[in-house]
Amino acid sequence: MEDIITVFRLLLLISLVVCAIATALSKRVMTALIIFTSYSIVMSVVWLLLRSPDLAITEAAVGAGVNGVLFFITLRKLHLIDKDYADDEEGKIDEGVNVNEE
Amino acid sequence: MNLLINYEAVTSMVLFAIGFTMLVFSRNIMKKILGLNIVDTGVYLFLASMGYIEGKLTPIVPATGEVNALDYINPIPQGLVLTGIVVSVSFSALMLALTVRLYKKYRTLNLDKIYEMCRKEDEQK
Amino acid sequence: MKNKKFSSLLKEWYEGNLSFDERMDSDIHKKETAETEEKEIRLVKDVEKAEKELTSKGYKFFSVIFCVILALILILTVNFMPLFADDSTPTANEVYEHYVGEGRDQTGAVNTVAGMILDYRAFDTLGESFVLFTATCAVLLLLEQSKKQKVKEKESFTFSNDPIVCTIVKIITPIIIVFGVYVLFNGHISPGGGFSGGSVLGAGFILFAMAYGEDNAAKIITPKIIRVITICSLSFYCLAKSYSFFTGNEFNGIHSIITPGTPGDIVSGGLILPLNIAVGLVVCCTMYSFYMVFKRGRLD
Repeated sequence: MEDIITVFRLLLLISLVVCAIATALSKRVMTALIIFTSYSIVMSVVWLLLRSPDLAITEAAVGAGVNGVLFFITLRKLHLIDKDYADDEEGKIDEGVNVNEE
Repeated sequence: MNLLINYEAVTSMVLFAIGFTMLVFSRNIMKKILGLNIVDTGVYLFLASMGYIEGKLTPIVPATGEVNALDYINPIPQGLVLTGIVVSVSFSALMLALTVRLYKKYRTLNLDKIYEMCRKEDEQK
Repeated sequence: MKNKKFSSLLKEWYEGNLSFDERMDSDIHKKETAETEEKEIRLVKDVEKAEKELTSKGYKFFSVIFCVILALILILTVNFMPLFADDSTPTANEVYEHYVGEGRDQTGAVNTVAGMILDYRAFDTLGESFVLFTATCAVLLLLEQSKKQKVKEKESFTFSNDPIVCTIVKIITPIIIVFGVYVLFNGHISPGGGFSGGSVLGAGFILFAMAYGEDNAAKIITPKIIRVITICSLSFYCLAKSYSFFTGNEFNGIHSIITPGTPGDIVSGGLILPLNIAVGLVVCCTMYSFYMVFKRGRLD
């Protein structure tokens, strides 16, 4: 039984690292954001395995819920969901969109 | 070799390195903020793994009877991390608000371009 | 004339020499800058070209190498750390034994984490909730728009027309809110507490605002309510904890009227239950107002 739990733990930790690398390498911010929310969910299971259920509840509500919503709304507000490129090498920022003016 | 036992610590170090690299080398502001969040979770994972002891219980003691402290894991790192997680949301919200203001002025999220424009503005004055 | 140093400007102002009609010669200044500007633009273009060549080839490669080297150095330090899940780690010292062993009898909380962060270390949590309050204020300052400014059509968007979001959220919101209240009120006898319950409640209210539209949500949860709840919770926390700091001193002869109660009951643990509720309300209001400010530019 303990061996199974060790394997499960290792799988979770490896998927954490894979999610982090995918977040770093993805070109579009929207993709990075979606991968980051899945990272938070995996993190909350890791908290459960470390015997800290308080942290699991908080991480699931905050990391996957509120944080993701805030990032998403910011992207939507700047009209960047379809067109942003992470490092902006070939990124086309739409000049026609009038976002400013106070 | 401690490396073959401390999986959690090794993972948190790798997460810290990835997040720090994102924070420093990524040009997009949003990805910088994501990188800072990853650094955060790496540090939290390291802290919480320090308090874990094999074969012991969650620190919720029975309501009556004797309490043997050695049956439970360490609650102090949990308390530290619990407050940290909620603060991490508030600072990412603050940074996102600053990002919205920057984008409204310069119409780009690339920090190099923003820096270039700022320099031009300064020299025009 | 803006090129003058701040100290010299200050000196002129102090001596009364600084006049405000220096704008007369700003035209000359403009001509001067126009030439230099052209040169600068050329320079900037050259720099950008060079940067592009660098970025296309070496930038990503260099950053990956940096990441690997940093990770290796950090992993080397792990080799000298205490073993994972070991009895003899230096973190398992007498402080932890005191918190777990005598925490239940001293604070009345069965959940040791709640007893720790709201009784032994309550001052830390007070600072924490003020951090949240300050963050809300800062976000409001940065993003608030007045009511007269109409939100442009391109900027306004709503989720309440989306059939998937609407249907699911209408079923799931009451469950989430009830769960949040449960976690909030049982913080001292089961996992959870102010921070967890507050963030679950905040997420529930965010979903509510998404599905029913922000206008309808703002009629129920008005900015006045948010303000009153936040300030009342924070000041209640301050007053309650200063009372127990004052009476906690054994030598001044004042006995606290707050008793730990019988551990395991809902109404027990002295101040821990009301403090949990106060912290949870602050966290909930913070999350909800973050959402509203980011979405609409104002709280109402």
